[in-house]
Amino acid sequence: MNVETKPDVIVEEERASSVRCALSLQLRKRFQTRDCSFELNVDLEIPAGITILFGPSGAGKTTILDCIAGLTTPESGMLNLKERVLFNGEKGIDVSPQNRRVGYVFQDLALFPHLSVKKNVQYGIASLPASEREERSRQILESFHVAELQQRKPSEISGGERQRVALARALVTDPAVLLLDEPLAALDAAIKSKIVDDLRAWNESHQIPILYVTHSREEVFALGERVIVLQNGKVIAQGTPHEVMTAPRQETIAVLAGFENIFDAHVTAIHEDRGTMTCLIAGSNVQLETPLVRADVGSALRVGIRAGDILLASIEPAGLSARNVIPGRVISLAQRDVIVVAKVNCGVELEVHLTLAARDSLQLQPGREVWLVIKTHSCHLMAS
Amino acid sequence: MDWQSFWLTIRLAVLVATVLALLGLPIAYWITYSRWRWKFIAEAVVALPIVLPPKVLGFYILIALGPRSPLGRWWQSFTGHTLAFTFEGLVIGSIIYSLPFAVQPFAASFAAVDQRLLAASATLGASKLRTFLELILPLSLPGLVTGIALSFAHTMGEFGVVLMVGGNIPGVTRTVSIDIYDKVQAFDYAGANATALMLLVISFTILSLVYALNRKVWAVWPFK
Repeated sequence: MNVETKPDVIVEEERASSVRCALSLQLRKRFQTRDCSFELNVDLEIPAGITILFGPSGAGKTTILDCIAGLTTPESGMLNLKERVLFNGEKGIDVSPQNRRVGYVFQDLALFPHLSVKKNVQYGIASLPASEREERSRQILESFHVAELQQRKPSEISGGERQRVALARALVTDPAVLLLDEPLAALDAAIKSKIVDDLRAWNESHQIPILYVTHSREEVFALGERVIVLQNGKVIAQGTPHEVMTAPRQETIAVLAGFENIFDAHVTAIHEDRGTMTCLIAGSNVQLETPLVRADVGSALRVGIRAGDILLASIEPAGLSARNVIPGRVISLAQRDVIVVAKVNCGVELEVHLTLAARDSLQLQPGREVWLVIKTHSCHLMAS
Repeated sequence: MDWQSFWLTIRLAVLVATVLALLGLPIAYWITYSRWRWKFIAEAVVALPIVLPPKVLGFYILIALGPRSPLGRWWQSFTGHTLAFTFEGLVIGSIIYSLPFAVQPFAASFAAVDQRLLAASATLGASKLRTFLELILPLSLPGLVTGIALSFAHTMGEFGVVLMVGGNIPGVTRTVSIDIYDKVQAFDYAGANATALMLLVISFTILSLVYALNRKVWAVWPFK
């Protein structure tokens, strides 16, 4: 892989401390099924701290974790964890999963259903003397706030508690790397952020790389210090969540990030009394009213608007709560499944999603004059 | 009621079920987890006794145990008598005959254990043996109970193989089912009925126990 294409962030961190690049991997693996072939081909350097692996399902996220854990064997490549070689295709090195010191929290958690919480947590430290085993399981259960559940079975505790127990079971073994496969996907945001706080607190003193797989963009922004975007088995971007997700250089990432419309803009007026501000989209005279963020008049930023958040009107609407009503002209209409994708020119080109029924009742066709209606809070501001 | 043949049958069934529990576990483990390309042949061999007429099976076992086969000769040089028409021969024949009734439930319950649990066990550093003893065995307990009970009950009632391999020697190879056959041949319907009824009751009791133990709601025990 060409090093120049890597984002500067990663390269800088490598320079700062080689120890922090705790995990380095080059993996190739092909899958061939009857009607599709898939090739995983990634080169990654992963420092200590939380790194998000983000991408649509089928991008190869779980396969990467399985290769790191030794549950799947790559066809070729290498895998180093600090100075330890875990896999080297050329030299024929393939350390067994038992000896890799990898903590893995599976998507379905894989808690042992017939064992109590305590027995689950102690499963990975069975070789320690009994007193030390008790002490370590007690400590880890306390730091994840589930000490009072020790005697319960996994089926007798809540979903959030199960996640905590699964984390505790993986971390009590003192792993050199932690793999999390969408472990918090099913939890609500409040519980999720508390668990992540506990995880961060634990990693303050341990400083191991944590790879967190998700396909939820909310989690990318909420958790990650670093994000690696995967598609079809390849890395298509990496960097901080804001760099990657809000200033996508490639269209696929913008779509993954859920913003079909992303524009450079700058602040032209600030209305602190109303909690809003006005932004001018670069290269046009379109003024948007947006939520107020900490910015000065004249500062540059980016505005993201989801195509589904924009309303279309065939006559100029009046008496609306929405603050942005912008005239434009339909350029093209295309049907994708049950939605219609309209491109509208209003000085800049915007993508708008609407239903088939809406298209028909508005009698939309290319060339038609329309008004775009965008709520203030549908304009997402990101650092430029 | 012929108590001698009854106890002989119980002794035979207990012995066969015990051997099959020990022998069936590694075979079932291998059948479940091996990725050997020709595994299906081994699976077919294990399953053969289910479809083969007992007399066919019994005939070949008799030949294999007889003085003209290498196994029979080896046994004879070792013990001074042949395996055919002895209790030991009967045990060997019954083990082969009942093998699928132990191995198949074992293998089915091993296969039902979630692969991710085994992967979790491996990443937590547990060896394959420890994973087998601490995860696979306890999680497939219903299958183990079924397999052992079925091989026990199946051995209790077998006829064709016993007749071919063991013959009809009172106290040595005359089992309950052969006793029933003898009594019917001699028009002793009352005697046949007493023995047959006993066999029916025992088989029914064992199967009821198996299904009761395997009831999902009782998987742990009827209290919390």
